[in-house]
Amino acid sequence: MRVLMLGWEFPPVFSGGLGTACFGLTKGLNNQGVKVTFVMPKGPSNLKGEYVNLVVAEYLFQDENFKIKRIDTLLSPYVTSDSYTKEYVRHSRVDAGTSLLYGRDLYEEVQRYAQRVKLMAVKETFDVIHAHDWLTYEAGIIAKKASGKPLVVHIHATEFDRTGGNKLNQHVYDIERMGFHQADRIVAVSNYTKNKVVEHYGVSPEKITVVHNAVEFESYNPCKIEKKDKIVLFLGRITLQKGPEYFLFAAKKVIDKDPDIKFVFAGSGDMESRMIDMAADLGIARNVLFAGFLKGEDVYKAYQMADVYVMPSVSEPFGITPLEAMKAGTPVIISKQSGVSEVVNHVLKVDFWDIDDIAGKIISLIHYEILNKELKEHGSLEVKKFDWNIPAKKCLKVYEELMR
Amino acid sequence: MNICLYFQVHQPFRMRKYSVFEIGNNSEYFDEKKNREIMEKVARKCYLPTNNLLLKLINDSEGKFKVAFSITGTAIEQFEKYAPQVLDSFKKLSKTGAVEFLSETYYHSLSYIYSKEEFKEQVLMHERKMKELFGIKPKIFRNTELIFNNELAGFVEEMGYKGAVAEGADHILDWRSPNYVYKAKNTKNLKLLLKNYKLSDDIAFRFSERSWKDHPLTVEKFADWITKSPGETINLFMDYETFGEHQWDETGIFQFLELMPQELINRGVSFVNPSDLLAFESKDEIDMHNFVSWADVERDLSAWIGNSIQKTAISELYKIGESVKETNNPLLLAEWRKLTTSDHFYYMCTKWFDDGDVHKYFNPYDSTYDAYINFMNILNDLTHRLNADNKKEVSFVVERPSELLNKR
Repeated sequence: MRVLMLGWEFPPVFSGGLGTACFGLTKGLNNQGVKVTFVMPKGPSNLKGEYVNLVVAEYLFQDENFKIKRIDTLLSPYVTSDSYTKEYVRHSRVDAGTSLLYGRDLYEEVQRYAQRVKLMAVKETFDVIHAHDWLTYEAGIIAKKASGKPLVVHIHATEFDRTGGNKLNQHVYDIERMGFHQADRIVAVSNYTKNKVVEHYGVSPEKITVVHNAVEFESYNPCKIEKKDKIVLFLGRITLQKGPEYFLFAAKKVIDKDPDIKFVFAGSGDMESRMIDMAADLGIARNVLFAGFLKGEDVYKAYQMADVYVMPSVSEPFGITPLEAMKAGTPVIISKQSGVSEVVNHVLKVDFWDIDDIAGKIISLIHYEILNKELKEHGSLEVKKFDWNIPAKKCLKVYEELMR
Repeated sequence: MNICLYFQVHQPFRMRKYSVFEIGNNSEYFDEKKNREIMEKVARKCYLPTNNLLLKLINDSEGKFKVAFSITGTAIEQFEKYAPQVLDSFKKLSKTGAVEFLSETYYHSLSYIYSKEEFKEQVLMHERKMKELFGIKPKIFRNTELIFNNELAGFVEEMGYKGAVAEGADHILDWRSPNYVYKAKNTKNLKLLLKNYKLSDDIAFRFSERSWKDHPLTVEKFADWITKSPGETINLFMDYETFGEHQWDETGIFQFLELMPQELINRGVSFVNPSDLLAFESKDEIDMHNFVSWADVERDLSAWIGNSIQKTAISELYKIGESVKETNNPLLLAEWRKLTTSDHFYYMCTKWFDDGDVHKYFNPYDSTYDAYINFMNILNDLTHRLNADNKKEVSFVVERPSELLNKR
């Protein structure tokens, strides 16, 4: 079995759960003997220098079952129309050839990426095309037409998740809708996402297979952390989808009751400066720290340092971070509006908008020692069942059904 | 062959969602609305129709049909409050003379394990309630969820009981049959009536299970099993809510109950009450060194005190028992005692998780951890009130966080 996989990020250069998921799934498929050609956008090297090095991925997959193909593009994960334009303008200033190389706006760039994939699709041999999220759907459709091979689209997030249902980007929605309808099969990361797709995109539920994500078990050495304060952690993009303001409102309630507790934001995003202002407005700036975007071992350290990890997402198709936190032995509070809440038991679940409940649970986890201990122990055991071979086998079954 | 039917009637006082921010400010612990709704629903679906049916069966059989109950104090209080007609119908049943009531802890608690003194008080409270309602003094004891061991056997014999009901667990009986009367070890002559769990569960759990090879269960089939069984008495013990609540009306459970007595009587089977069995010769002595219960496959205490959150919650509760009594505040004591009801700890059970058997139990909470948090918040408020009542300076878990942190 050969798969042409269209992704948009891959560790160690990634900024979110998508890269982690693609990495784990690819590795799992590899274990099943599936040959994967992973195609991903390669941003110009000056794009924060992040797209320079793919050593880890290549090292892990140095056997011939796996290839990474990079395509020059300005596309980066979690790109928005505005941020693309900014990047394009910035890039034009340093490189006069930009307008020849890259599309003038995001949608043109998506098209251009798709055309490049088409060229590749003609050259490469494969049995199935597997495309991850909307930026790659057009490329997937074109590759399908060029090769006559079946297309699987994998939904990690929809426009409804990213925007919380307000001010949908019609263009993105249209691409998603087209992708879902042109695909031969759809893989959704949760029932939560499956239901959204059925409800908002008019897709028949029979076409969708739910494949929950797993968590990578590459382990870091536990680090000894000296600290005095009790720490509550938010880790992820600081964007509307992730519910950072609910974290802050809950922090306010907790701090009123217990001024010794510290709250840490690890991540960056378009709501970061608003959160800084808000912390000041709420009078809790002293207790709220901003650690910026963390990578690799620092992420693991942050989990270990925290006494409680909170994922207050407004809409989270899956949510790998709680599993990572559990792996690090940190008790977690997760929003019920998430896919991961379908598959974990040893966590505390809240409605993202229920600030009282979030705050109450933070206090409980800090003050009811035995609860903290119980979640720590059972959580780190429970998370062991999230092995990437399981979702990989489910995807393989989807491929096999398509080839029959 | 004899057959002894005994039904457990119980409803806990379910707690309302109680936030950590209410500690010290709000002493409403129980969910009036939910408790009323559940009581009204179960009264309509189970208690009233089943009581009526039993009354008819007793009258039709001229007293040959007999049945025993134990009704917890928390259920009775809720009948009084939300469904007094259920209590009336139990009184009517009592007047037939064919119905026996057993004794247990008023609050359906695990008090025996944590405080023998409290256990005794709760049993005596229940005795008083039985006297008040039905004018009787129970002779047979049943402990919460059939939790039993040798030591408890001796303790209740000392309290004047002649017999007790317990689970006929395989590991206790070994090669012996549950269908005889036994003597409990560590007692002079406390008669043990053991539940025949196979035949009991055929009705209580498997009755409507379509995948069961004997589905549908007819009275003829069931009567065959009874008459072909070895021994002297078949003890069918189950939750009363089996009728109409666990097994819905649509399953045919009421028709089954309606036709069963006559079918069995026709085949020469006699209905007996637990105290009738006291006259039977003990077949052997039963040794229950460890606690045995009727719960789950394990038949032990793990459903209530299996994990550390359960153990912590319950030991924290009993720790303040003495101080609660010292206040001489009857309201405080009654509320503390409502917290001793075993259901609260059952809700914190996590052992289903790993079997993926999450749906098996009824739980008013989304998660067992929520059950723990809620319980501890309420317990903290109660402790707060207690200390206010004693006018003593207190170290209080949520209000003194820094102290707690330093302790580590």
